[in-house]
Amino acid sequence: MLKAFYHLLIRDLRLAMRNRHELVNPLIFFVLVVSLFPLAVTPTAEALQAMAPGVIWVSALLAVLLSLDRLFKQDYEDGSLDQLMLSPNPLMMLVFAKVAAHWLLTGLPLVIIAPLLGLFMSLPGEAIAVLVYSLLLGTPVLSLIGAIGVSLTVAVNRGGVLLSLIVLPLYIPILIFGANAVDVAMDGLSVKGQLMFLAAVLALAVSLAPLATAVALRITASR
Amino acid sequence: MLEIQSLECVRDDRLLFSDLSFTLAESEVLQIEGANGCGKTSLLRILCGLRLPESGNIMWQGESIQSNREDYYANMVYIGHLPCIKADLTVLENVRALLDTRSLSLNNAVIEVELAKVGLESYEDVPGKALSSGQRRRILLAFVALSKASLWVLDEPLTALDVQGVELMESMIVAHKRAGGSVIFTTHHGMQLDCEMRSVQLGDYAHAELRE
Repeated sequence: MLKAFYHLLIRDLRLAMRNRHELVNPLIFFVLVVSLFPLAVTPTAEALQAMAPGVIWVSALLAVLLSLDRLFKQDYEDGSLDQLMLSPNPLMMLVFAKVAAHWLLTGLPLVIIAPLLGLFMSLPGEAIAVLVYSLLLGTPVLSLIGAIGVSLTVAVNRGGVLLSLIVLPLYIPILIFGANAVDVAMDGLSVKGQLMFLAAVLALAVSLAPLATAVALRITASR
Repeated sequence: MLEIQSLECVRDDRLLFSDLSFTLAESEVLQIEGANGCGKTSLLRILCGLRLPESGNIMWQGESIQSNREDYYANMVYIGHLPCIKADLTVLENVRALLDTRSLSLNNAVIEVELAKVGLESYEDVPGKALSSGQRRRILLAFVALSKASLWVLDEPLTALDVQGVELMESMIVAHKRAGGSVIFTTHHGMQLDCEMRSVQLGDYAHAELRE
């Protein structure tokens, strides 16, 4: 079972490495949006600092949202998804492998580049650290919840709008707590509460989202 | 080993077939026949558990496939219309990826022997995008042969295959039957099987009227 998880994870990483332009798309989007903001508003340190948590978090969220389609689309179109569903291994496990690969390829690069963008927006050092922690806890949740939405919409032509409608309401708590954590850190207050909340949501999403995704995929395939 | 009990299939409010029952014993070959749109693909997807029937049961070794999924899927292999081939993976990696979903870790030599049998010798390192559609189907033949499944469910396995490919598929089915395995398939091409074969006419279970 763990072997199947590992093999599928490696397969997805390998496929992504052979198709790198898709890989860098979310990252470029993230960097572009955040770096355009200072050009559009008064670029004083105070103004930028006040906006930074929201801008960075919203851009990260949209970057993940735009990359979600990739999660099951190709497998659905070439029939590999049927083979995954016919695996003697639990589908939940295979779904988890695919989501893990998705996060490693989109979420993790965003987390890594975020400190640089924090500097662009003249965030103080401690706020940058909290930004990284909050993204580290939050972006996996975005991938996990996104997987549920994609599995429901993968069979729909141009399901992008539908996907956003399903997924965005579930993203909002993550956005609020993630951006708020950075905000609070700038005021020098404790961010334990916000980070604990994000960690709790992550634990919940890891345990439930793959199950929900597996069920949704079976429903999609039965049409 | 496979028992189909009074299946009914509805698609887009149209009743495709109902009260369809048959059994498939070990070492039996069964062709599902019927015109376009009569529900052959739907039936095969129902047999795999990919699609749910409107009513009826599918029993594997005396147990419903829904409650016995792990055992059923370890012993059943399905190939459908779609090629399941990744353009960016090599032939060998594609076969491996397919086998990995079934948790079969075979060494490269075994896979290469099978690839040679299906006419893909020296193609191991060629990426999927460089293959013709017939060659992609041949990868699936290698996958089916390596799958160690006793039940093969093949939906139009002859699509895009040339004359040698068709002969290869035929001899694979015959060999599989001799080894005690069973096969359910659909095809619109004539398949000349050198063995006993049954067929089910899906048209006999069809109903033209629209459902209420």
